[in-house]
Amino acid sequence: FYLTPPQVNSILKANEYSFKVPEFDGKNVSSVLGFDSNQLPANAPIEDRRSAATCLQTRGMLLGVFDGHAGCACAQAVSERLFYYIAVSLLPHETLLEIENAVESGRALLPILQWHKHPNDYFSKEASKLYFNSLRTYWQELIDLNSGETTDVREALINAFKRLDNDISLEAQVGDPNSFLNYLVLRVAFSGATACVAHVDGVDLHIANTGDSRAMLGVQEEDGSWSAVNLSYDHNAQNEHEVERVKMEHPKSEEKSLVKQDRLLGLLMPFRAFGDVKFKWSIELQKRVIESGPDQLNDNEYTKFIPPNYHTPPYLTAEPEVIHHRLRPQDKFLVLATDGLWETMHRQDVARIVGEYLTGVHHQQPIAVGGYKVTLGQMHGLLTERRARISSVFEDQNAATHLIRHAVGNNEFGTVDHERLSKMLSLPEELARMYRDDITIIVVQFNSHVIGACQNEE
Amino acid sequence: AAGMFLRLLSDLQWRAANPRWRRMSSSRRSSSTTAEPHPVSLPAQAQVVICGGGIMGTSVAYHLSKMGWKDIVLLEQGRLAAGTTRFCAGIVSTARPVSIELKMAHYSNKLYQQLEQETGVQTGYMKTGSISLAQTQDRLISLKRIASSLNVMGIPCEIISPKKVLQLHPLINIHDLVGAMYVPEDALVSSANVSLALATAASRNGVQIHERTSVSHVTVQKGHVTGVETDRGRIQCQYFVNCAGQWAYELGHSGEEPVHIPLHACEHFYLLTHPLQEPLSSSLPTIVDPDGRIYIRNWQGGILSGGFEKNPKPLFTEGRNQLEIQNLQEDWDHFGPLLSALLRRMPGLEALQIMQLVNCPESFTPDMRCIMGESPTARGYFVLAGMNSAGISYGGGAGKYLAEWMVNGYPSENVWPLDLKRFGTLQSSRTFLRHRVMEVMPLMCDLKVPRWDFQTGRQLRTSPLYDRLDAQGARWMEKHGFERVKYFVPPGSDLLDLDHSKTFYKPDWFDIVGSEVKCCKEAVCVIDMSSFTKFEISSTGDQALESLQYLFSNDLDVPVGHVVHTGMLNEKGGYENDCSIARLSKRSFFMISPTDQQVHCWAWLKNRLPDDSNLTVEDVTWKYTALNLIGPRAVDVLSELSYAPMTAEHFPSLFCKEMSVGYANGIRVMSITHTGEPGFVLYIPIEYALHVYNEVMNMGQKYGIRNAGYYALRSLRIEKFFAFWGQDLDAFTTPMECGREFQVKLEKGTQFVGQEALLEQKQNGVYKRFTMFILEDHDTDLDLWPWWGEPIFRNGRYVGKTTSSAYSYTLERHVCLGFVHHFDEKTGEELVVTTDFINQGEYEIDIAGQRFQAKAKLYPFSSLFTQRRRKDEVELSGYQRE
Repeated sequence: FYLTPPQVNSILKANEYSFKVPEFDGKNVSSVLGFDSNQLPANAPIEDRRSAATCLQTRGMLLGVFDGHAGCACAQAVSERLFYYIAVSLLPHETLLEIENAVESGRALLPILQWHKHPNDYFSKEASKLYFNSLRTYWQELIDLNSGETTDVREALINAFKRLDNDISLEAQVGDPNSFLNYLVLRVAFSGATACVAHVDGVDLHIANTGDSRAMLGVQEEDGSWSAVNLSYDHNAQNEHEVERVKMEHPKSEEKSLVKQDRLLGLLMPFRAFGDVKFKWSIELQKRVIESGPDQLNDNEYTKFIPPNYHTPPYLTAEPEVIHHRLRPQDKFLVLATDGLWETMHRQDVARIVGEYLTGVHHQQPIAVGGYKVTLGQMHGLLTERRARISSVFEDQNAATHLIRHAVGNNEFGTVDHERLSKMLSLPEELARMYRDDITIIVVQFNSHVIGACQNEE
Repeated sequence: AAGMFLRLLSDLQWRAANPRWRRMSSSRRSSSTTAEPHPVSLPAQAQVVICGGGIMGTSVAYHLSKMGWKDIVLLEQGRLAAGTTRFCAGIVSTARPVSIELKMAHYSNKLYQQLEQETGVQTGYMKTGSISLAQTQDRLISLKRIASSLNVMGIPCEIISPKKVLQLHPLINIHDLVGAMYVPEDALVSSANVSLALATAASRNGVQIHERTSVSHVTVQKGHVTGVETDRGRIQCQYFVNCAGQWAYELGHSGEEPVHIPLHACEHFYLLTHPLQEPLSSSLPTIVDPDGRIYIRNWQGGILSGGFEKNPKPLFTEGRNQLEIQNLQEDWDHFGPLLSALLRRMPGLEALQIMQLVNCPESFTPDMRCIMGESPTARGYFVLAGMNSAGISYGGGAGKYLAEWMVNGYPSENVWPLDLKRFGTLQSSRTFLRHRVMEVMPLMCDLKVPRWDFQTGRQLRTSPLYDRLDAQGARWMEKHGFERVKYFVPPGSDLLDLDHSKTFYKPDWFDIVGSEVKCCKEAVCVIDMSSFTKFEISSTGDQALESLQYLFSNDLDVPVGHVVHTGMLNEKGGYENDCSIARLSKRSFFMISPTDQQVHCWAWLKNRLPDDSNLTVEDVTWKYTALNLIGPRAVDVLSELSYAPMTAEHFPSLFCKEMSVGYANGIRVMSITHTGEPGFVLYIPIEYALHVYNEVMNMGQKYGIRNAGYYALRSLRIEKFFAFWGQDLDAFTTPMECGREFQVKLEKGTQFVGQEALLEQKQNGVYKRFTMFILEDHDTDLDLWPWWGEPIFRNGRYVGKTTSSAYSYTLERHVCLGFVHHFDEKTGEELVVTTDFINQGEYEIDIAGQRFQAKAKLYPFSSLFTQRRRKDEVELSGYQRE
């Protein structure tokens, strides 16, 4: 069985999405030129999610990737809801009041977010009312709390993450009279998701990360080469600080059982996550909710199973680590990706491949012989090399697709091997997960002109 | 650097050769500094003004002045031979697939060879020979076809083995070659200098040459050229020749009455190198490697190599002055694949140092053939342009033919394949040209297989039934922009792949067309023939009849309702058009001509009909959809649909009547089928087309009706020995030469064009004879198929070429049609061809070098015309056979 190049392309491109920030008067005044995103499933259905939206009541753009585990329910819920929580957290008091008044009097709401969605990125219709009510409760509390201070982005991000996770937990505890919704909120709470979210506003880039997805900045050095700057820390066993943190939060007696086989309680790879109430609730609460819950939940061995050495919950948090970075003209792009990408590729390679893709297409200088002594053979070699570079780039109109092609198809020499690509993509569903994880990538391209101009103004 | 060198060289020689020039140029130089009026002013009038000082313009000037026309002014916007001519690679190659182009190249070669002696200007002429390489068997077949036609022209040429190639050119890698064609007399020239030599000779003959003079537009009054406006004043003239190369299109459009010259420029790249360590011999043959898309010639001890890439870069779509030719950029990335091909062909050149990559735009035409002739709308406006990068090869011959055309009224050869009038306004859209030339340029190197269809610029003119037919599996070809069905792929059968149809052997549609033919023979088929050109000629009095009687050779004074097949002949009795004319009423006629006659026939009639407001000619092509019902049951279908008896007693053949078909009234029904089979053509006002088609198909069901295409039609007409204009008939063929004396009424009581010539032929006999050949020992499944242009041998001696061929499903043999000449064995002089001469010969047809025995016939098989009713009796016994 062998996939032809067009078949390979149709698989790779099935989920690709591109957004270009619209121009006004022929000028793009945003620091973001646009973004490319794509997903390649390994699980069926895919457990990764992605979101992208422009904040309409404040400035800035939100982009995020979400890696679900134990099902996709939590990742789906987070991908629908988190940006609203962030946007609301960022809103000034007056706007919150205005919105609340509008809801109160049944008037049309100010739009908060403009989503940039691939047709495959769906929102749950059934839960929208429930989700909205939770969100409204949140902003009502924000109105009551009116601190009078201008909103700090870092704080807003942390609050939003924590609040959403809290709501997920509460909704599962309270349940819902509608049996479908009741089962849904339980599935959301008992599954988990990591989140890596970027907020870009002018030259201010904030990354809020929970879990082991990663944000990476692509920087072009003066000599034209590419380097990678990490803008997030993985929350897993490889991160000493993270292991330290977990140990600090629990009694010394549990030190040995907290992290086993590089997993939290020997079970969970990410050390921070949304949902996963099995690592957050007390044993009593878990048992009560499961017993009163629907049969499906009761029949599920995984949900009923209590982690070993479970003494002092919560063991898990959704609180993000936030990193702020002021964008510079040499910062050309940002890659947000789930661990499926980072398992297969080194960040340095990611920076180079995306960098060459974004610039190579447009900026390959024409060759002129001029007065130089060049032989036919030398010229031929040079052209062959240029062509190889271009041809792999030209197949893709989307940087994320291009990256996935490399991630899945790279051979030992770092070039895309079609045969390998074809084999990897034709793996049967049950085998695919053994060779690769779901991959979700967003590549944000920055507008160096605007960033440079902002810098000069200051 | 190389270009500069050429430029300097040509300047020096031009001045040396032409003392008058020195005076002119020095005075011009002073004028440019002092801004005085130009001392050598343009003449106020001339007989001929030629625009363009490249190879075409100078060649036309040279030949016109040789033929005795002296009052000629040649205008060049820049410097002589400074455009494409200066940059071009200078290869004179006779290896051309189209016969008329081959003849032009052959003449050019002979002309250039003696030009230096004639003019004293060095032309750099060097007889190096050329080798065309074949990497595949198919390529070798196409080379063998060309070799066959070169050989019968007396041009030395042989198919050689790869080993022989290596002997002729030591640098070539021969490992991937299956063979090659060697043409030892092909040559190299310095193209700019050839042009300067022609200008020098023309100048000595009295032609005035003015550089740095650009033509802004041509003025036309009452359909005739009256003068030329330039940036240096006006010149009155009777003739204008547009040799403006890639600017010809724009110049044509600059006047009030546009002259459409469909050509479009593409960038063209070639490489120049420094000399090899041991400089290459200047006599080394030129290499053409079409499978690698490149040519390689020796150049000043190094090489010059260019090619025709798959992804051409069209330019100047928006018109001139976007970019000067001189400022075009080298594009190495674009040239990369050609460089790879070059190094694969000559690996030893790796260390050779590059001098320059030259970007030299060339103009291409929609059908890969050059453009010459007179504008259909402005008399005296001649064109010679669109050389598809073979300007040097064609230059001499093309200039000669055009000069003959202007002086004698027609060139000495049939140039219809190159005639400007094969195009109309429809090929003149910039978008069309841009898209089409992007297909044409790569085709320069692609395999030329039979029945090639262009893929770009399609679906422009379509019948109202297009979608219906397409949905039923129609496969399309295009003629004069009109989509026509080739055949219908039956439902359920595999989609036919374009690549599979690309063969010199039995094509994959063989059985499909076979079943369509069978249905035409046994039941009834419908072919949409809407593309045919349709004119209506009418008058208030007898003007229409009188004029047509003069312009057509058959007698048109027939009862109303009769259809007449007749030629529209020229003074020599040759076919300018072959048509069917129905007499609709006493004073109006309906004329049907081949599709590509739309422009030519219109111009011919307009130029010859009296200027009389009571006589009107209207092009009604677009008003009617034509459905051809072919087959013995056509009569049943039609009579059921019209409630009118359609049998031979009521509706004899060659009859025309307006009647109702289904609900639609006013359908013009004619009992002709263009195939010799029984049936009718329905001319349907387009709004009724779908209705009538549906009615015919529904009613026809019980008679086994099905759709058919032109391939079936072609097979039917060729097995019946029906000649088609444009394919078999041309301006050099008379009715007497193709067995159509019965369509000429020498004694019809009025004079007609060509009458004298025909009378003379009737008395003295003809010098060629249209003959039908049945291939005897040809295996349809295994042997190469004939196409057209195959040499015919009689008793081992060359006597002519085929003009069309088809497999006859009835005879189960291939049928070729072609002309037999009688060349004197000693002198080669053409002798009268008699019936005995035809009948008393043993014939062979040469297909790509392989000869097949053929039986010659002067009359079709009568049994093929067996009346329709007999069919029922033999139905069970299968096909009728001779």
